[in-house]
Amino acid sequence: MRPTSSPSLGFAWQMALRELRGGLAGFRVFLACLILGVGGIAAVGSVTAAIERGLAAEGQTILGGDAALRFAYRFANAEERAWMEDAGRVAELVSMRSLLRKGDGDTEERALAEVKGVGAAYPLYGTVDLAGGGTLADALAPVDGVPGLVTERVLAERLALEPGDIVRVGGGTFIFRDVLVSEPDRASGGFAMGPRVLTSVDGLRDAGMLEAGVLFQAGYRLALPEDADLDTTEARFKETFPEAGARWRDRRNAAPGINRFVDRLGSFLTIVGIAALAVGGVGIGAAVRGYLTRKVPTIAALRTIGASAGTVFAIYLFQVAIIAALGIAVGVLASGALVAGLGPVFADSLPIPADFTLYWEPLAEAALFGALAALLFALWPLAWLRQVRPAELFRNAVDPHRAWPGWSVFALLVGLTIALVGAIIGLSSTPKLAAWCLGGIAGAFVMLRGLGWVCARLARHASHSAIAQKRPGLRLALGAIGAPAAGTPGVILALGLGLGVLAAIAQIDANMQRLLTNQLPEDAPAFFFVDIQTAQLDPLRSAIEETQGTERFETAPMLRGVLTHLNGIPAAEAEIDPAARWVLRGDRGVSYAQQPPRGSVITEGTWWDASYSGPPLVSFADEEGRELGLEIGSTVTVNILGRPITAEVASFRKVEWRGMGINFLMVLSPGALAGAPHTHIGTLYAAPEAEAPVMRALGRDMPNVTPVLVRDQIDTVSEALGKIGLATRWGALAVLLTGLAVLIGAAAAGEERRTAEAAILKVLGASRPAILASFALRAAMTGALAGAVALLWGSISAWAVMTYIFDTDFFLPIGSTIAIIAGGALLSLAAGLGFAIGPMRRKPAGVLRTAAG
Amino acid sequence: MSDMSEPLVRLDAVNLTLPSQAGDVEILREITMDVGAGERIAIVGPSGSGKSSLLMVVGGLERATSGTVEVLGENLSSSDEDQLARLRRGRIGVVFQSFHLIPTMTAIENIQIPLEISGHADPVGTARDMLEAVGLGDRARHYPAQLSGGEQQRVALARALAPGPELLLADEPTGNLDGSTGDQVTDLIFSLADRFGATLILVTHSDALAARCSRVVRLRDGRVIEAAIAA
Repeated sequence: MRPTSSPSLGFAWQMALRELRGGLAGFRVFLACLILGVGGIAAVGSVTAAIERGLAAEGQTILGGDAALRFAYRFANAEERAWMEDAGRVAELVSMRSLLRKGDGDTEERALAEVKGVGAAYPLYGTVDLAGGGTLADALAPVDGVPGLVTERVLAERLALEPGDIVRVGGGTFIFRDVLVSEPDRASGGFAMGPRVLTSVDGLRDAGMLEAGVLFQAGYRLALPEDADLDTTEARFKETFPEAGARWRDRRNAAPGINRFVDRLGSFLTIVGIAALAVGGVGIGAAVRGYLTRKVPTIAALRTIGASAGTVFAIYLFQVAIIAALGIAVGVLASGALVAGLGPVFADSLPIPADFTLYWEPLAEAALFGALAALLFALWPLAWLRQVRPAELFRNAVDPHRAWPGWSVFALLVGLTIALVGAIIGLSSTPKLAAWCLGGIAGAFVMLRGLGWVCARLARHASHSAIAQKRPGLRLALGAIGAPAAGTPGVILALGLGLGVLAAIAQIDANMQRLLTNQLPEDAPAFFFVDIQTAQLDPLRSAIEETQGTERFETAPMLRGVLTHLNGIPAAEAEIDPAARWVLRGDRGVSYAQQPPRGSVITEGTWWDASYSGPPLVSFADEEGRELGLEIGSTVTVNILGRPITAEVASFRKVEWRGMGINFLMVLSPGALAGAPHTHIGTLYAAPEAEAPVMRALGRDMPNVTPVLVRDQIDTVSEALGKIGLATRWGALAVLLTGLAVLIGAAAAGEERRTAEAAILKVLGASRPAILASFALRAAMTGALAGAVALLWGSISAWAVMTYIFDTDFFLPIGSTIAIIAGGALLSLAAGLGFAIGPMRRKPAGVLRTAAG
Repeated sequence: MSDMSEPLVRLDAVNLTLPSQAGDVEILREITMDVGAGERIAIVGPSGSGKSSLLMVVGGLERATSGTVEVLGENLSSSDEDQLARLRRGRIGVVFQSFHLIPTMTAIENIQIPLEISGHADPVGTARDMLEAVGLGDRARHYPAQLSGGEQQRVALARALAPGPELLLADEPTGNLDGSTGDQVTDLIFSLADRFGATLILVTHSDALAARCSRVVRLRDGRVIEAAIAA
């Protein structure tokens, strides 16, 4: 009978199912890579979704109201206050940094704290929990005229506080009443420089800590009627008080800083997950090649009985698709279930609310990425099926490793790549970051693949060199690494990418820590002083000069202002470089001076005469000024203490922010601000032994002045950086795990070859220790090469980040350098030895008999 | 005729039983035979009769289940795997039907390996000489995959003989080769065994090849059914 058409897709599907009845033995690495990559992305997406949902659901509580208004260094005036009370219920609060002190004289103990003063209506939403179980109102109520105060446990323990202890904040006296367990609106605050102290606004006012010019933030929380429209209410406020300089936030975006942070970290970790998937792709490709090589007899038989190349291609494409669907399903469902199941267990220990449940959107996203990646990496080896001729199959002269897939498949691969990249960037909440990271991964891929190829060629060359002569173990190892079918470039790519991400993160972390702990103290002051009253300047200077070990004391007038207009255009509508967006985001330090601040370099324009008394002039930080589109002669409007001041740009200054000396974005001509109530900021350069005497003198004579020890703040920032570093390390670990799966896959794939080699070497008289040593050597060398390659690209990445993003010098940390190479060698050695035990145990006769067919 | 007073190989009541999925299989039964120095022995018999297994037992690649196996004066029954490897080192050469060259090494490197393992003074020079001897002097830098079957077998032969072994074991050395190539390899085996003074035990299906040996041992179902001196 003569067939009239080629077999249908139905036949291919049936054949695929029949073939898969044999089990998934050849697809373990394929599945592991896909499950790890897809599972990682799904987990990151699920956690991010849980936090975003948590923040959205708890917006009212996190913000402490439906809307919040923040005024810089002043309270709302009577009109503003009346407007707010008309809009809804109002809770007043103030926040500042200050020292909490206990004891007197030499026995005095102190700690920097984030002090928050609250009015009677606080909190409008949620509850404040105290360890003693009482209410906040009771805890803050004055006892014999002394107001109460509660602190976080860490602060209570540091100062050994017991309920009833007398403590001081600034110039005021308070009674410590209880330990603060939680405050509902904690997450809406920014970066905390110290633990929380909660007391009453009245207590702080009585202590003289809310005088005009003191650096405090006054905020109001509004509980609006249920039917109030947030946008309309905001617009109404801004219309009524266009020059108030107040920042408006509402419950829809209660914690923008956290949202932004979670978004960025989530995007970064998703990209790391994509990197894991890309590494896994190497394993997927290798697994498909290995599977097809083993299936050559079946393929040959199918072609002989009339199956076309297309039919055979369809049979194996279906098999790969089924396995991929299985891997993706297991990856996303296990990951989603894990996050939904374990999330609630950890939710209470998170500083932010998170609503852990099964989120389908991130799971679908991860599945899409997984499907595209699996198809992308499996298609190349599968395409070989369309090219190979039946005669080649029977001659056993086929090599799916090197086959060119043909232009049509190549075009399809390019299309898939574009689809994958498009999906990643399109679905990311930070597309620019995603694009940069993808570019980085692509660059790393090309570089690692190239270096892997170079390493294999070098090993092959070295195996013929004089050094390998008379060292059969070494030559065997080098030959095995350099052999075309050894898959060395793939292993170096997979392991190198994982180790490289770890290396880059470790190096960036080490550089940041060094920047904070080693570099700064050389040119950074020991103390910042805030809230120095004008009348205290001279006594403070004298007190410091009398203290041994103090070197230089500098002060400057300090006000805070919000930049509202650029050249008369509202700042929000002005076209600016996104890099300068931070300048407009909140209030910024403003000063005035007759002379340029110490260390400033005027880059354009001229400084005003010491006797200048005309309209306000401003000297702007050069880089930021240019980014805002300012030129000499431009005007800027700054709202200071509710008063708009418009100044003309007279000069630009180069500002070295990292020096941590006193410097300001904007320095105005003296006449512009002289009438405004303000305090001064000071910096003291001093030896460590001078720190305690200075603290004591201040505590005794000027309790309102808050000294901030720079070293403590560096520790706080280091700690925060450490936490971010930890999150990214977990991400890098996912890449490394996938790399390990590929490594194990390669080691497993090479087991048959090693078994045959061991048998031949035994026949030739080699002892088992000698053979094992050679296997160990090749595994360690492959791992060390991967480590070295990882170090190279990881260091380049870290250098680029430090140089172009942090604009600082780069140093290569030796410890992590060695650790990365040794880690690579050890991982590879472990995998290599693990898969060498089997071959060593096999009796040569059995092996050689089987190999002979 | 060899000197049978000091046999190079002595097998006494050797049995070999191997496990299989269907239960234990008796591969060799009560094999007793001696091989003297310089002999040329052909082991023949139908497929599955135990020829290759007998060769593996003699080479110390398979451990006899019972009986005595003495090769080159060593009792293999009491030797562990590394001791057996040391015995083979430079003293026993093995050639397989499937060549079993190391694919990641060039032709000359494959030959160097046993020389280097046995601590030979000039492995490179000797390997080159051996390649010349098998007519492949110009293929030294070729990998096994770049050589034909006949060429691979000649490299395998050179590798087996390079250390100058006292005993050469060949398991169907021409089984994977065409007639003409097989003849060339056969000629080489005999001439090189003569040149190195190696005792030869070969397993073959080929009557012609067996006829070139001094003695033919015929196996069936694991037993020696005939041990004849070739005409």
